[in-house]
Amino acid sequence: MSEEKRPLIKKIKATGQMRKIMADYFYEMDRASKEGSPKIAWCTSVGPAELLLSLGFLVHYPENHGALLGATRTANEYIPVANAIGYSPDICSYLTSDIGSFIKKDTPLSRAYEGIEGVPKPDVLVYNTNQCRDVQDWFSWYARELNVPALGISTYRNIGEIKDYHLQSIVDQIKGMIPELEKISGNKFDLDKYKEILSLSKKCTELWKKILEANTAIPAPLSFFDATIHMGPAVVLRGSPQAVEYYEVLLQELEERIVQKDGAVEGEKYRLYWEGMPIWGKLRDLAEFFIQLQTAVIASTYCNSWIFDSFDPDDPFMSMVRAYTEIFIVRDENYKEKYIEEMVHKYRINGLLFHDAKTCPNNSNNRYGMPERLEKKLDLPTLTINGDLNDLRCYSEEQAKTNIEAFVEQLEASP
Amino acid sequence: MNYFVGIDVGASTTKAIILDKNADVLGHAVVNSGADFQRASQQAFKKAQEQAKRKIPNNGFIIATGYGRRNVPFAQITKTEISCHAKGSYFHYPHAHTLIDIGGQDSKIIRINDSGKRTGFKMNRKCAAGTGAFLEEIANRLCIKLDKLNRLAEQSEKNIPIGSYCTVFTATEILTKIREGVEVKDLVKGIFGSVVKRAIEMDPLEGEIVMTGGVVAHNPFLVKMFEKKLERKIFVPPLPQITGAFGAALFALEAEGG
Repeated sequence: MSEEKRPLIKKIKATGQMRKIMADYFYEMDRASKEGSPKIAWCTSVGPAELLLSLGFLVHYPENHGALLGATRTANEYIPVANAIGYSPDICSYLTSDIGSFIKKDTPLSRAYEGIEGVPKPDVLVYNTNQCRDVQDWFSWYARELNVPALGISTYRNIGEIKDYHLQSIVDQIKGMIPELEKISGNKFDLDKYKEILSLSKKCTELWKKILEANTAIPAPLSFFDATIHMGPAVVLRGSPQAVEYYEVLLQELEERIVQKDGAVEGEKYRLYWEGMPIWGKLRDLAEFFIQLQTAVIASTYCNSWIFDSFDPDDPFMSMVRAYTEIFIVRDENYKEKYIEEMVHKYRINGLLFHDAKTCPNNSNNRYGMPERLEKKLDLPTLTINGDLNDLRCYSEEQAKTNIEAFVEQLEASP
Repeated sequence: MNYFVGIDVGASTTKAIILDKNADVLGHAVVNSGADFQRASQQAFKKAQEQAKRKIPNNGFIIATGYGRRNVPFAQITKTEISCHAKGSYFHYPHAHTLIDIGGQDSKIIRINDSGKRTGFKMNRKCAAGTGAFLEEIANRLCIKLDKLNRLAEQSEKNIPIGSYCTVFTATEILTKIREGVEVKDLVKGIFGSVVKRAIEMDPLEGEIVMTGGVVAHNPFLVKMFEKKLERKIFVPPLPQITGAFGAALFALEAEGG
């Protein structure tokens, strides 16, 4: 059998600009951490970032650091350190790798950005359990370790239809944080500033949505594997003009690809939806594998989770809370299935791939019979692979790839 | 082309089969895969040719499957073992059915419709519980040769429940049972029951059932236990350990317009 050539991942020209704005972001925070000003808040991915930014905090997102640990394939050096102090290998591997990295005083940030020695020191930790309970335990560790206040928002889980009481409780919790945040930041809450930042977040999210919707084109211009990386600014820089400028550039590049019918996967034959977390340490490997199979992974729950349709600067608190509560991870099975059904039609999906991430139950939606129900309802094949966001011990490459290959063979054999 | 070859390089054993253009079996072989899949595939192919009493010239069409399918340098193309097992199974049982294949290190449940198309498949969750590796581990612990397991299980008249979650957990559970004085034959039947449980946990197993794989080939009593549990007759094709290789050879035949 002839040796297979390594399939080419098509480069995205805008990547250079993204690297720059991300580097600027990390360096600014590093300076602030060393100089003691501006104050730094650590925030969960869908926490009240806009409020924090309006109070003059720079915001560090530990989940983003967790993703970096996964993407650099260093997480497994740190997870055992957290396991050894009592954090189970069965819980969130963002948490265990991040805490392990902190204890070891070692981070790939310092290798990626010369002069940065570690994650920035927090002045406050702010979490929202809309993601999961793990974020609360994660931030609590740092609160104890660094003697820093941790302020938390408790969000309802498994919500079907969103009711006023779901939202009002969170608005009250957020407003209740303001006095303490003012004290820590040294700044008074400024409603106009908050509206302005929310407005920028809204622009960012609208552009991100357009970028993802570019994949309704055939062939799709952006792979899921690229999208998880290019989502970086939406995660850590929303609320900033830099994120808006970047996504305008990226969107233009994708629109050019659409005109030229230049898909991310050459000879795209099948289009898949990825349900669940990325396998951070295997993005490139899986991207190449899918290219070999002429199968494009073009839509996902994960990337769509940073679309916050409800932001409204005219109703900043309630709209931000609504946006952060209506996200997929918070909703019930009915909502999730309806959502995926809409995505299947919108993106002309041939099959659903569920990633059961060992340490992330809230993002592993195969566990309550959803693939089986969707198969019947949509007459669409599904595949579940086992892996994890960061802990590569939980990922069997051979099993996953054989399953994926067999799945594509099944699609080939179907009428 | 006159010869169509399937090579299934599994985790435990490598199987080879040679068909003619009428899909008749000319020769077949099973060897241990060991640590050198390339060597194992060559050995299996050589043995199959010896059984066929002929050498396959360069105009034989060869498809490789199994975990080691990319280590067969003389194969023209590769196909996953899921596709090949489904192909092989449907040839012998051309109706809608669920195929349970229990191999050395994995179990597969494959659903096939009336036209022979795969409509879904599942493989065992991460662990080798319920596979050949599980039986090997337990046989080792009990100091029994693998080829004695079937006979022992047949002799048992008891139903000792043994867990199906994890090979290591089960091995520990067996220590407890030994301490309690449970006889070896009853333990063996218990671990067969564990294999049955593991498959049932993977799929509702509706409709007609076909079983293949080395574990099934060497342990016909296990099939009887499945039949009792599922309350229906189970079909086992000829050469059940070689169904994957057979399916690969059928794909080769199909590729040549056969």
